[in-house]
Amino acid sequence: MQEGAPDPGLYDYQPYQGRPKIEWPGGKSVAVWVAPNLEYYEIDPPIHPKRNPWPHPAPSVVGYSHRDHSNRVSHWRMAEVMSKHGFPGSVSLSVALCQHHPEVVADANARDWEFFSHGIYNTRYSYDMTEAQERAIIEDSIKTVENATGQRIRGWLAPALTHTPRTLDLLAEYGLDYTCDLYHDDQVQEVNVAKGRLASIPYSLEVNDHYGFFVYNMSGREYAETLVRQFERLAEEGERSGTVMCIPLHAYLIGQPHRIGPFEEALEHIAKDGRAWIARAGEIVDAWRDQVGRAQR
Amino acid sequence: MTLPDSYTQYRKRREGYDHELYRWSNMHTRPPVEWPGGSVAVWLCVSLEWFPITPGGPFKAPGHMVTPYPDYRHYTARDYGNRVGAWRMLEAFERAGVTASFAANAAVAERYPELIAAVQAGGHEIIAYSTDMNGTIDSTLSEADERALIGDAMGRLERATGARPKGWLSIARQQSWHTLDILKDEGLSYCCDWVNDELPYRFENGLIDLPLNHELSDRQIITVQQKGADSWAESMRDAFEWLVAEAAREGSGRMLPIHLTPYIMGLPYRIGALECLLADLAQRAEAWFARGEDIVSAWESQQ
Repeated sequence: MQEGAPDPGLYDYQPYQGRPKIEWPGGKSVAVWVAPNLEYYEIDPPIHPKRNPWPHPAPSVVGYSHRDHSNRVSHWRMAEVMSKHGFPGSVSLSVALCQHHPEVVADANARDWEFFSHGIYNTRYSYDMTEAQERAIIEDSIKTVENATGQRIRGWLAPALTHTPRTLDLLAEYGLDYTCDLYHDDQVQEVNVAKGRLASIPYSLEVNDHYGFFVYNMSGREYAETLVRQFERLAEEGERSGTVMCIPLHAYLIGQPHRIGPFEEALEHIAKDGRAWIARAGEIVDAWRDQVGRAQR
Repeated sequence: MTLPDSYTQYRKRREGYDHELYRWSNMHTRPPVEWPGGSVAVWLCVSLEWFPITPGGPFKAPGHMVTPYPDYRHYTARDYGNRVGAWRMLEAFERAGVTASFAANAAVAERYPELIAAVQAGGHEIIAYSTDMNGTIDSTLSEADERALIGDAMGRLERATGARPKGWLSIARQQSWHTLDILKDEGLSYCCDWVNDELPYRFENGLIDLPLNHELSDRQIITVQQKGADSWAESMRDAFEWLVAEAAREGSGRMLPIHLTPYIMGLPYRIGALECLLADLAQRAEAWFARGEDIVSAWESQQ
């Protein structure tokens, strides 16, 4: 990126009309990926000068224990309905979860889910990190996930969506293939990095369960209806050039008993429709990369 | 400006939690629990709250005064719950033939003895719920002040109700690092504050947590998320149906906490949604309507 510039220059403008046709395997029009956030929030993290992790002095009981619900209860509930309808996860992982609750990571790995890094903890923010510090969290992520799962991470969703101006360049330098941090498009796009190449895969804030329930105040059924509408539209437009739909989740939200039933119905709808290529993030990036080739930079 | 290197050191990165309060365990692999009256324990918990018109305490309780002093609007609208709303709920419970827990501020028990007598006459449980809505707790409170606050609430509730409550609910479920030990020292057997589980579990100091799901409360769904009473009831039904199916599949009891606030759900245009829900659930063989202490003791006897 261009530090300090009003337009950070993250990508080139590419109008939605008239794009080359992207074709997904099997002639499907929309690539659908599910991104469960498997996270660890520290109960008493150090305070970052730019952001306070909790609304109350530690221990912030509801904030901490609500998120802990994922690792005790709702991860399995969410994972079961995904498996039942044929959706693998592409996990946005607080990599310290490999130490804290290896059982959760092992369960996701056993389901053949893909892992990418969501930082060490979701309570450690990247703002103002030195280059050495930022390199250390990337290297830690690669090593920790490899040791715990045998997988080499290919993607990144910044911890608590916090960055430095050099983050994307470093991800490309370490050979990562995709970032989930840019929300400018419904198709995979090339990111402008200093060296190498990096793809931006559509993640989503708008149909993220957190936004659904805590920004837009939806009921479980309204959220499920939102997913279906998002899918229907992207499946239709994907006939022209393959689109991408991401369903970002947090088990402590979607796995609550009053929401998981309607959510399962939405997954069932998408699975049965026939237009969805249900895939992992890395496969989507690969299929796109095979068609657009290497960035010319 | 750059971050100190201490920020990127992770001293509590280890197996298990980054604290010693309780141990990790996964609900889906625990030994099954069996309730005496159905596969899903439906726990009605009603908050009886008195908001002094002069806010105080370490933090402002949810629902507290909004406008400059004297905020008659919010003071009286909250007190409506104690004068009218809670009575409507008592009648609704009686009609459905169910019992509930009432989490009561000590000040409510002292100020409104008729209400407490009616709660007790209905066979409901009283859970301790601090002194009044200024009795919030967080880590800015000294341990001595917190001990005094909790002790004061317990003593006053015992005098006003004739019995020492077994359960404790903190305002906004917020605790300090000392709370669990203080509650234990006060002779309480459980608290309802930690929302990380859907069955009771034990803290390392022996106290039990009975998770009162904050997402399933009328305060969260109606006043925070701004849904109507019918949407709230639909969510309760969706939760119940899911839990019934899960209990059957996993061969283990489940729990549905329904947290009610008289000044919210006890309004004339909303109470019907609650009555209708209770009537439906009360007919279901899977529903075991239970007070908090009943759920805790059924769980404890199987550990």
